[in-house]
Amino acid sequence: MSTGALYNDQGGAEAAVEAGQESTPTSSGSGAAFGLFSADFKKNEDLKEMLESSKESLKLEAMKRIVGLIAKGKNASELFPAVVKNVASKNIELKKLVYVYLVRYAEEQQDLALLSISTFQRALKDPNQFIRASALRVLSSIRVPIIVPIMMLAIKEAAADLSPYVRKTSAHAIQKLFSLDADQKEQLIEVIEKLLKDKSTLVAGSVVMAFEEVCPDRIDLIHKNYRKLCNLLVDVEEWGQVVIISMLTRYARTQFTSPWKEGAMFDENNEKAFYESDSEEKKGHTEEKPYIMDPDHRLLLRNTKPLLQSRNTAVVMSVAQLYWHLAPKHEVSIVTKSLVRLLRSHREVQYIVLQNIATMSIQRKGMFEPFMKSFYVRSTDATHIKTLKLEILTNLANEANISTILREFQTYVKSQDKAFAAATIQAIGRCATNISEVTDTCLNGLVLLLSNRDETVVAESVVVIKKLLQTQPTQHSEIIKHMAKLFDNITVPMARASILWLIGEYCERVPKIAPDVLRKMAKSFTAEEDIVKLQTVNLAAKLYLTNSKQTKLLTQYILNLGKYDQNYDIRDRTRFIRQLIVPSEKSGALNKYARRILLAPKPAPVLESSFKDRDRFQLGTLSHSLNSKATGYQELSDWPAVAPDQSVRNVEIIEAVKEWTPTVGKTKQPKSDDKFYSDDEDEKEEEGSDSSGSEDSSSSSSEGLFMYFTMQMFSSCLAAKYHFPRQPCLYQPSMVAVQVILSNSSDHSLEEIHIGDRSPASLSIHCFNTIERLEPEASVTVSMGIDFSDSTQAANFQLCTKEDQFSVSIQPAVGELLMPSSMTEQDFCKEQGKLQGMNETSATITMETANASSQAISKQVLSVANVGVVSSSQNNFSRFAGRTVSSGALVLVSLELKESSTALLTINTEKTVMASMLLRDIKQALTQA
Amino acid sequence: MIHSLFLINHSGDIFLEKHWKSVISRSVCDYFFEVKEKAVDPENVPPVLQTPHHYLISIYRGKLFFLSVVQTEVPPLFVIEFLHRVADTFQDYFGECSEGVIKDNLVTVYELLEEMLDNGFPLATESNVLKEMIRPPNILRSVVNTLTGGSNVGDTLPTGQLSNVPWRRAGVKYTNNEAYFDVVEEIDAILDKSGTTVFAEIQGVVEACVRLTGMPDLTLSFMNPRLLDDMSFHPCVRFKRWESERVLSFIPPDGNFTLMTYHVSSQNLVAIPVYVKQNINFFETGSCGRLDITIGPKQNMGKTVEGLMVTIHMPKVVLSANLTATQGNYTYDLTTKVLVWDIGKLNPQKLPNLRGSLSMQAGAPKPEENPSLNIDLKIQQLAISGLKVSRLDMYGEKYKPFKGVKYLTKAGKFQVRT
Repeated sequence: MSTGALYNDQGGAEAAVEAGQESTPTSSGSGAAFGLFSADFKKNEDLKEMLESSKESLKLEAMKRIVGLIAKGKNASELFPAVVKNVASKNIELKKLVYVYLVRYAEEQQDLALLSISTFQRALKDPNQFIRASALRVLSSIRVPIIVPIMMLAIKEAAADLSPYVRKTSAHAIQKLFSLDADQKEQLIEVIEKLLKDKSTLVAGSVVMAFEEVCPDRIDLIHKNYRKLCNLLVDVEEWGQVVIISMLTRYARTQFTSPWKEGAMFDENNEKAFYESDSEEKKGHTEEKPYIMDPDHRLLLRNTKPLLQSRNTAVVMSVAQLYWHLAPKHEVSIVTKSLVRLLRSHREVQYIVLQNIATMSIQRKGMFEPFMKSFYVRSTDATHIKTLKLEILTNLANEANISTILREFQTYVKSQDKAFAAATIQAIGRCATNISEVTDTCLNGLVLLLSNRDETVVAESVVVIKKLLQTQPTQHSEIIKHMAKLFDNITVPMARASILWLIGEYCERVPKIAPDVLRKMAKSFTAEEDIVKLQTVNLAAKLYLTNSKQTKLLTQYILNLGKYDQNYDIRDRTRFIRQLIVPSEKSGALNKYARRILLAPKPAPVLESSFKDRDRFQLGTLSHSLNSKATGYQELSDWPAVAPDQSVRNVEIIEAVKEWTPTVGKTKQPKSDDKFYSDDEDEKEEEGSDSSGSEDSSSSSSEGLFMYFTMQMFSSCLAAKYHFPRQPCLYQPSMVAVQVILSNSSDHSLEEIHIGDRSPASLSIHCFNTIERLEPEASVTVSMGIDFSDSTQAANFQLCTKEDQFSVSIQPAVGELLMPSSMTEQDFCKEQGKLQGMNETSATITMETANASSQAISKQVLSVANVGVVSSSQNNFSRFAGRTVSSGALVLVSLELKESSTALLTINTEKTVMASMLLRDIKQALTQA
Repeated sequence: MIHSLFLINHSGDIFLEKHWKSVISRSVCDYFFEVKEKAVDPENVPPVLQTPHHYLISIYRGKLFFLSVVQTEVPPLFVIEFLHRVADTFQDYFGECSEGVIKDNLVTVYELLEEMLDNGFPLATESNVLKEMIRPPNILRSVVNTLTGGSNVGDTLPTGQLSNVPWRRAGVKYTNNEAYFDVVEEIDAILDKSGTTVFAEIQGVVEACVRLTGMPDLTLSFMNPRLLDDMSFHPCVRFKRWESERVLSFIPPDGNFTLMTYHVSSQNLVAIPVYVKQNINFFETGSCGRLDITIGPKQNMGKTVEGLMVTIHMPKVVLSANLTATQGNYTYDLTTKVLVWDIGKLNPQKLPNLRGSLSMQAGAPKPEENPSLNIDLKIQQLAISGLKVSRLDMYGEKYKPFKGVKYLTKAGKFQVRT
């Protein structure tokens, strides 16, 4: 019914037609189910129609409703054929929704799903990296076994893609393929091996994840990448950090020797240092410690430490566990503060962190003792948080702080949360056994609690007192008497059983009371809980042995009752006890030892933390949290006695090592591009200050940008090409240098090539020397200088040979009439300020996306105009400066990037004609791919 | 890693499911419901549960359970942190994280979930990146969309994921450039009956609202950074600069974000801004009790204490309260047994007082423990630790931004035992 209603309000016209049918089924359960089904059926017809319509908006609406169905967990699988048709839609949202649908249902409709594959295969070749990535993502998410080979191929290709984002996606796809078909393991490992070498921070986390899933045992793949991973770690996204850290923890435990044996190592130390001094690996980490840590081990510890300041609690926890499992004992405590900080986070985070602290605090009290007060319980905490805090406080208790802790516990005992109060009593019991100074105080306190009004509190007290008394029963008959008195008022089975046990065990100390208690129990035996019945039988047996005169009849009565009890345990026990204590001809030799069996002195129970054995699991894992081994849990190996070969981690290229060498202050750091923490701004500033550098770069970058124009082909087959080398003209500074390549493509040699008349007559040309002779197939390069007077008017002249002459016209592009000029950003802005108004020409242009980066812009601008790059401190500004060759007038080009690859192009110069021409040229260059 | 996600409301209905690998039947949630039944209070449901074939990791936020299904070993905090990030994203997109809002925006929610995880591994969790791909809904756009058939999926492809600063989207532009920072400190304290401090510490957070054009590079420095004992940073903060110079240097995300959280060293004595004189008595006979609470200023650095509020969780046996307040008003919720006294501004001349009698269930024994008082308060323009921002500089952009710093002190978990 509810679904029907929901459809109605969204369905529009088509839905309204069916409204009558849909609203009918309301009455009986089965009827409603049927109605629902038919409504679904009808509804889907309607959705199908919408999907098949030509209107994009209708299709989108339909898909939205279908996704709504999926989200609610309803079945929409029969729409598959209609939906899959839209997989190639142009509309991005529609396409995305179709993907969602496809991934959800492809597994069920494998044949139909194959229809969509070709679309993805095409998209995998798309020039846009995001489209390639999303195609791979969906393709690999379709769980159809037939396409495994296609997926494999796509993954391999994507792993070699230029875009790190696509490579990241391929790392994700590896896991998907592996879960679909584990037989591909070997091939996938090859891809993983390749991707592990990747230097991009984007890929690192994902590929390590794939490694962990596919081949966690192939530790040999990590060796060569170990240092790189350590160094990249800070810049990897936070989720990747968690995965990498936990993998490196495992790795380190197999590759390095234990840093924990400091004391024991003293003797061996000299020896070891002796060996080590020969090895090349020793790099100054000897320091003052007797134990020599592998520098790689140190590298890991050092590079993970900053991550303790991460906002992501999972990262902090993973670093904490890394330190716990890998760091020398005295260094572990640096994680304390960060863990305590996490206690301010969400309830669920607290729960996990407290669990881990509980395990840690058993072994290392000192780590958390200064923060004891952070574990004080608030009345608003959830019960499981309270119990964990209590656990930790108990672990932290020692002679010095026990009084503070006990005072705190007194408050907790009074808590309204009775489960928590009971846990507190247990905790007090543990403190009492662990710290003998306070045993008596605790015991007295607990006895006081026996008069508490709340039953759970009393019961728990009884149980704890019982355990405490066992440790020193002699002086406490008073307490036992007191408890016997309370017996009538206590109804909690566990507590009653405990009291019975106590009386039985120490019945000789309370000879008068014990038989009386037994008498009462005989009366109420049938109504008791099983556990109490068992203890009653025990008490009866013990009394029979010590005081048979008073209790013989009572015992027999109880044994008879027990014989016919409903519970087989009790029947068993009764039979056993009867044979043991009541002498008869059938009973064997055991009878003699009955007393020694039943009244043997029993060892006192040790009150232990429930977190005692949790340290067998790696901290921070699911297994640790559950205290049982989870599927896929990787055991943390013990330290090897002898470190495996350290040189396996050596990489031929040492650049990785270079990166982590600590640098002082603001010195330039050689870092790769995709690192945020490298201060690229600094580098630019420095570049700007030494102008020679920027000049170099501009001239070198324009090197490859010669303009070649094939001029004319002469009848006599003299061909000439010219280009602008963009060098200052040697002959006269106001001239533009032009290089001409003359080649003789005829079959006879040409003689006396020279320049003849020129027009306009005023044109000043520096001619090349006459070429005496040019052999067939030979060519010669000559340079000449032409003063264009800052205009693009063509220079016309005659090119003469001995027999012939040809008129030649050289028309320069406006950009070639400029010389680069180097200036600082400040100067640029100053000059620009002077060239406002008339002298400013600007236009907003939409650039080709490929040109949107500042490098691409520089490249394009420099290809058009011979100008110099002005280093800029702002990322979205590109500035270029030049002077006209003849008159030396400044030409300033600036480009301000706006969003979505539009930019404001401004040119400031006195030469307004040149400005407009230049503007046109640059615009053309930037808008074309 | 994360296999599936179920969103479950307060009454135990699964109203959304999303699977990142093959589909897992929703019947797996039955194990969870079983535990939830037992726990009574939803807060008490353990976050990690084991079922025969799966592991269930859940969080409870805004009266909703986010229940994720996991099949293999995974750090539980990884999942918990991620689930909270999902809830944060919903909050960010829709203004609140509630069942109604999620149902209203089902498609957007689904698209978000699709982008946030790939095969169970987090893909895009930065709000700035997500907003480039999927635009948050607003009324104007939804009207336009219905008229034009437009969509709320961004038509530009997200470049943020590729950049060095994934948390900031490209091409940000504002006409008014502004950067505001709120230094908010919370006092966590437990005071005992006599008013002495059992435990007190200060937790602070620097919240930022940055609306700046382009790619600004900001540097925030403190007058007294030594006060800070332990901190965590947004990923944008350059940790090396902090280590060496104790300044926060960062390229900010666009919009609202938490720049850092810190803890003020516990060696410093924490100033407690108010004192509480209280007297709560339950009488052995006559099934009634008396309550008398007075609050006065203590170390408030000459600022006014505002938004003062006292919350008391009364024992179950207290039926009603008949009290008079000299200032503000009180309410007693009979079902939850919570007494709230909303005082407002603390007037040092005339101290607020609440007194009167409590009536209890006839015949019930007197409660063992007196309920503790939870205090709420606010002090504007004061960071109780004395932390001060000294300056904010911007590099990389030309314009002059409008800058502002606000201080606020609040009571965190501030409890008075009685």
